[in-house]
Amino acid sequence: MGFLDSLLGRTKPVKADLDDLFALPSAAITMQAGLGFTSSGMGSVCYKPAEGAAFARTQADVQQLLDADQGPKVELTADKFGFTWLLVRHDPADVAGLVTDLHAVNSSLQDAGFGPALLCSLVSFVHPDGRRVALVYLYKRGTFYPFAPLPGADQRRDNALEIQIQGALANDMKVEPELNRWFPVWGAPGL
Amino acid sequence: MFLVMFLLGLLYVVFVGALLAVNIAWQLIVIVVGGFFFIQFFASDRIALFAMHGRIVTEQEAPQLHAIVDRLCAMSNTPKPKVAIADNDMPNAFATGRSQKRAVVCATTGIMRRLDAEELEGVLAHEMSHVAHHDVAVMTIASFLGVLAGIITRFAFYAEMFGGGGGNRRGRNDQNTAMIAFFVMIVSAIVYAVSFLLIRALSRYRELSADRAGALLTGRPSSLASALQKVTGAMGQIPTRDLRSAEAFNAFFFTPALAKGASLSSLFSTHPSLERRLEQLAEISRELGEGR
Repeated sequence: MGFLDSLLGRTKPVKADLDDLFALPSAAITMQAGLGFTSSGMGSVCYKPAEGAAFARTQADVQQLLDADQGPKVELTADKFGFTWLLVRHDPADVAGLVTDLHAVNSSLQDAGFGPALLCSLVSFVHPDGRRVALVYLYKRGTFYPFAPLPGADQRRDNALEIQIQGALANDMKVEPELNRWFPVWGAPGL
Repeated sequence: MFLVMFLLGLLYVVFVGALLAVNIAWQLIVIVVGGFFFIQFFASDRIALFAMHGRIVTEQEAPQLHAIVDRLCAMSNTPKPKVAIADNDMPNAFATGRSQKRAVVCATTGIMRRLDAEELEGVLAHEMSHVAHHDVAVMTIASFLGVLAGIITRFAFYAEMFGGGGGNRRGRNDQNTAMIAFFVMIVSAIVYAVSFLLIRALSRYRELSADRAGALLTGRPSSLASALQKVTGAMGQIPTRDLRSAEAFNAFFFTPALAKGASLSSLFSTHPSLERRLEQLAEISRELGEGR
């Protein structure tokens, strides 16, 4: 998207960057070794369903593709902002397999021309003491950020833990440097 | 509204002309005109917020509005603008700020009350497209150029008047001066009027651009279309009552039917007609349905 395009009012939707998602497996090892968080085996992809038949077809194709696998079926939920979450369950020990499933969703959406509709992807981790953390992947930035809701509190974040994770994962993945892009995903499926 | 804007601009041109006429040093005029432009360009966000009584709100105060803006920013990979709410029941929203970093997106309580989440998202996507297209900077510079054109016309005429034709007899020169001054007034007004129309046309083009970019961003052109209809009150045209009982209210449902084609009001307005905007959104909706 050039400066001229924006000046002429012809901005295009931004393409999604899918590849950096594969930093997750090595980050999962660091999360376990450094912070005691283990993968919950759940991940989800969040996208904005466009109106019309073309997108509905693509969505049905994606679901069929994932269901063809022997594993559990994907779950589809709509949130109150009009976004759709596709929840994928996988063996908690196999983070790489989970990421491959998520990538399958992304690439089929992108191949159908709906890459710009991808918002974020999320993989969650649990601590033995019950705390939960999500690593959220921003498709348009190719970066991750941690999202840690405070257990028992109403829509409050454990910022200290998030900063701690940011430091711990700096070598494993691109962590989003601009803190105001760490938007909360309250009640996201898989968290 | 348009008349007021036009007269305000004209007043500006006449004011500068008057300054010129009373022989104030042109350097001073440049400073005053440049000052206006400078203020308009660099303080637009604060001026607009002040005029609309908008208030910057935190994430705790308006979680839903912030969440929508957050998601739009993540979808379009743009920096997050400041979010403001104006306590006003007029359904409206606007974006100001000369750059993406300084941008403010403001919604009135009226629009938040009337629209559902999807429609509000469509409206905010439209406003954020204005930010991404640098519309505040473009329109400020464009309208300044219009004023500048009017001023330059004046300069040119004065230069001719005082530069050429020395050695005339005094009495005749006075008469000429009055004639030329009148002529200058007319021409600069015409230049201003033409630039005013051009700026209006530019503004309508940029509104349509923002509609398109916003609709493509959310993938929901129909939500924006229904928001537009709600905001312009066109939703009232769809009858919800039995026709027999609604008869008495017919006077309220009536909207002046706009003639097709270029009418005078469509030439002067800053926004394209509702029909034109809905037409474009319907086209985008069709394209999305067919998968492009």
